Amino acid sequence: MKDQQVKLEMASRRRFLKGISAALGGLVVGAWLPPMAPKSAAAEAVAQGKASLGDSLADGFGAFVRVGHDGRVALISPKAEMGQGIQTGIAMMVAEELEVGLDQIDIQEAPPNAELYTDALLQFQATGGSTSTRYTWEPLRRAGATARMLLVRAAASVWETDSNLCHARDGKVFGPTGQKISYGELVDLAATYALPDDVILKRPEDFHLIGTPATRLDTPTKVNGQAKFTIDLDMPGMLITSARACPVYGGKVRQVDDKAARRVPGVRDIVILEDVVAVTATNTWACFQGLKALNIEWDYGANSKIDSAVVDQKLQDAIQRDGVIATEKGAIDASLQAASSKFEAVYEQPFLSRSPLEPMSCVVHVRDDGCDLWVGTQVPGFAQQTAAAVTGLKPEQVKVHNQWIGGAFGRRLDFDFITQAVRIASKVSYPVKLTWSREEDMTHDLYRPQYADRMTAAVNGEGFPVGWQHRIAGGSIFARYVGSLPASGVDPDAVEVAVDPIYKLDSLKVHFIREEPEVVPVSWWRGVGVLRSTFAIECFVDELAHNAGKDPLSYRKTLLAHKPRVLTALDLLASKVAWDSPVPRGRGRGLAVGEVFGSIVVTMVELSAIGEKGVRIERLVTVVDCGLVTNPTSVKAQMEGGTLFGLSAALFNEIDIKGGQVQQENFHAYRQLRISEAPPVEVHIVPSAEAPGGVGEAGTALIGPALLNAVNATFGDRVRRLPLVRSGYFIA
Amino acid sequence: MLTLNVNGTTHQVDVPGDMPLLWVIRDILKLTGTKFGCGIAQCGACTVHMDGKPVRSCVLPVQSVAGQEITTIEGISEKPLARKVQRAWLDHEVAQCGYCQSGQIMSALALLNDQTSINDHAIDLAMAGNLCRCATYTRIREAIKDVSESVGVWQP
Repeated sequence: MKDQQVKLEMASRRRFLKGISAALGGLVVGAWLPPMAPKSAAAEAVAQGKASLGDSLADGFGAFVRVGHDGRVALISPKAEMGQGIQTGIAMMVAEELEVGLDQIDIQEAPPNAELYTDALLQFQATGGSTSTRYTWEPLRRAGATARMLLVRAAASVWETDSNLCHARDGKVFGPTGQKISYGELVDLAATYALPDDVILKRPEDFHLIGTPATRLDTPTKVNGQAKFTIDLDMPGMLITSARACPVYGGKVRQVDDKAARRVPGVRDIVILEDVVAVTATNTWACFQGLKALNIEWDYGANSKIDSAVVDQKLQDAIQRDGVIATEKGAIDASLQAASSKFEAVYEQPFLSRSPLEPMSCVVHVRDDGCDLWVGTQVPGFAQQTAAAVTGLKPEQVKVHNQWIGGAFGRRLDFDFITQAVRIASKVSYPVKLTWSREEDMTHDLYRPQYADRMTAAVNGEGFPVGWQHRIAGGSIFARYVGSLPASGVDPDAVEVAVDPIYKLDSLKVHFIREEPEVVPVSWWRGVGVLRSTFAIECFVDELAHNAGKDPLSYRKTLLAHKPRVLTALDLLASKVAWDSPVPRGRGRGLAVGEVFGSIVVTMVELSAIGEKGVRIERLVTVVDCGLVTNPTSVKAQMEGGTLFGLSAALFNEIDIKGGQVQQENFHAYRQLRISEAPPVEVHIVPSAEAPGGVGEAGTALIGPALLNAVNATFGDRVRRLPLVRSGYFIA
Repeated sequence: MLTLNVNGTTHQVDVPGDMPLLWVIRDILKLTGTKFGCGIAQCGACTVHMDGKPVRSCVLPVQSVAGQEITTIEGISEKPLARKVQRAWLDHEVAQCGYCQSGQIMSALALLNDQTSINDHAIDLAMAGNLCRCATYTRIREAIKDVSESVGVWQP
C-alpha cells in the first residue's frame, strides 16, 4: 500500500484539465449559457438509453430516475446536499416533468460514475462552482419527461388507445374515457420500451411546481436531531480516529514517544505515518486526549522560516511584474500614454479558511477485497480514486456512500482528509471514523489564496475609464488542484471576470502573475477568482466615480448601457433603497454590481459611523437576476446566507502564518459573524425567463466591495485591504 | 460508574469524570443530534439543556452534571413549545446545511421557556453563542419572533 500523498491517475487528470479549461476559460466566463445547457455524458446516456430508462426491471428506470413498483420515485442525485437545497431543486425539476408530487420522491446519492454523473459545466463529477442548477436544468428535467412518456405509452398500450389521448398527473396516467392507472403498475411494461428520441420538455408557462416556494425535503430531520452527517455515523466494530499532521505544511514526523498516549483509557492504536500521527480509540474524547499525550518530534522543513510578512512582500514584488498576459484588447499602453489622467490602486485580500461547522470527518473500512467510504464529499470520483491509490485496490472495489455535508464552502472539494482517513484505516483491521478537532481542521485547511490586484486606468476628460490594466498576483488553485497550469500559463479561475469585466472599455490588459505562497496549500472557497476580480474591479470603479465627482450608481450605468439586464437590476436596487434620496448625516451607502456565476447581482450596504471607527450596518439589500427560478425560497436563502458569509470574512477574517504555522486555531481567533451582528438581508429577485444562473456564491461575491465602498462613503476612508478590522474598524 | 439522566432516562456510564458531556452523549449514548463544532464553547453546536438551562456540553465535564436533568435535541419533541419551535424552523425554512441547527433550536427553546417578554435584544443575548456558518441568522430571528408572537411573549 502506498503511503504518500496520492496522485490522481493521469488519464483522469487530463480529462479534468481539459474540462476545467473549457468550463472556466470559455464556457462560463462572461458568456451566457444557452437556454438548454450543453449535453453532458449523463444527459446523453439518458437520451440514448445506455444506462437510463429501461436498464433494469428490478430498479425500474434509470440513471437519475427510477420508478418502483410501489410508485415511489427514486431520484439519484448527481449533486451533494451541503445546505444549498439543491437536492430539493433537482427533485422539483424531475417531479415537474414526471408529473409526481415532491412527496413521492426519495433522494439517493449518486455513486462515482463519470459517464453518468459528470457535470457538463465542470466536466467532472462534482458539486461546486455554483453550476448545479445550471447543469441539472436540462438533463434532470429530461430524465423526468422521458420516464413520463414511457409510462404514458405503457398505459396507452394497456388500454389499446393512442398515447396522445392520455395524460399523466400525480403519479398516475389518465385515459380518454376516465381510465386511470398508477405508475407502479406500469413500470414493468414501460421498462421494456426503447427510449423515445422526441422528448419534449414543458414550456415554462406550464410549470406548476418549478417557480413555487417548495419546502425543502431534507429539513424535517435537521430540526429534530435525526439527520445524520458523516461525523454522526456508526458502524459495527468501528473505532474513532483523530490525527495530528505536522503543524508546518510539508514537514515530517521525526520520532514519536507514545507511552503516555497508550495509557489513556480507551486508546487502541497509534498509527505513525510520514507526516501524520493518528490515534484510534473507543471514543472521540479518548482520541483527543491520546493525541495530546503524544510527544512528537517534527522535522518542520523549509516552510518553517515563512511568516505572513514574507507572503506580503512576495505579492508586493509580484504586482510590479508583468507575468503572463491573460487577455489584451485594444491598445492599453497607448491609452495610458494618451489619457488625460491615470489612476492606479492596489487591492489586497488575505488567506481564508473555509471552516465549515462540521469538522473534517470520514468513515472508512479497508479490507483485502475492497473498501467502503462513508463520507460527505463534493467529489465522489476523486474520493474513490484516492482510496484506490492508497490501498492498491481497483477503483470499482471502492464504494463511496456520499452523505449530507455539514457545510462545505469548497472544503469538501478537497479530499486530503479522505486520503488521510484511508491511510490510517489501511494500518488497522477495523473500520474507523476520522474526526478532526477544530484546531486540526483550521490549521490544516487548504486556504483561499492571498492575492494582490494592481489596477491602472486611463481616464478620459469626463472621468470615465477608456481602458485599464489589471495585474493579478497570487497562488494558483487550478495548478494545485489539477497538477499544472494550462499551456497558456494563465490560471483560468484566477482571471475569471477580470478578463471580461461588465463595463464597456476600449482597451483591457489582464496579467496573471503566479506567486505561490508555498507555505500553505491554496484551494477553493465560496467563490474564488470571481470574488477576487469582482472585489478589485468594484472598488476600483467606485474610486473612479468618486474621483470624477459622480454618483457611483449613475456612473456605473453610463458604463453599462450595453447591459440591459444589469441596468434593470441596478434600477430595481435604486428604487428599493430610494438611492436618489439623501442619506442621513453620519451615514453612507456603498454598492457593487457583477455578473457572477451566470447571475446578475447588485448589493448595497448602508452604514452609520459610531465615533471614528465604529461601524454599524444599517441596511443590506441585494438584487439578483438569476434567470428562471426553480425554488424562490432557496434562491433567497442562498443570497441571504452567501451575503453574510462574505460579510463575515470581509469584516473579520484573515489567516496569518508565523514560523510556517497557521496562527488561527479556533473560532475565538477566526471570528465569525454572530446573530447579534448580522443585519437582515433584503433580497429582491428580478423576474426573468432567461436560463438559470447560479446563486450559491453570487451573494458572497458582491458584499466585500459594497462594504468597503460604504466605508468610504461613510468615513471618507478608502480601505483597500481586507478584512476591514485590519484598518482599525470595529462593529458597533 | 456515573449516573446520568438524559431525556428522562437514567444511564450508568463507565467513563472518566473529565470526559465532556458532549462525548458521552454522542459516543456512549449514541445520541448524535448534539453536534461537535469547536470544543471550546465558541460555536454552540453542542448546546443541551441542564435543568432547562442551555449549556455547552463540549466543555462540561460529565462528573459535574451527575444528578441533573439533561435534555438533548432528541428529547424535546414531546413538548408542545418545542414542537412549535421546530414547526417555525420548517415554516421559515431556516436550515441550510443544518449542522448547527440542533444547538440553535436548543438555545431558542431555552429562551422561550425562560422569558415572559422577548424582543430582538433578547434574541441577540440568547442566540449570540450559536454560530451558523451558512449564516441563517435572518430566518432564525424570524422563527423565534414567530413563536414568541404565537405564545404571546413578543414585546418589541
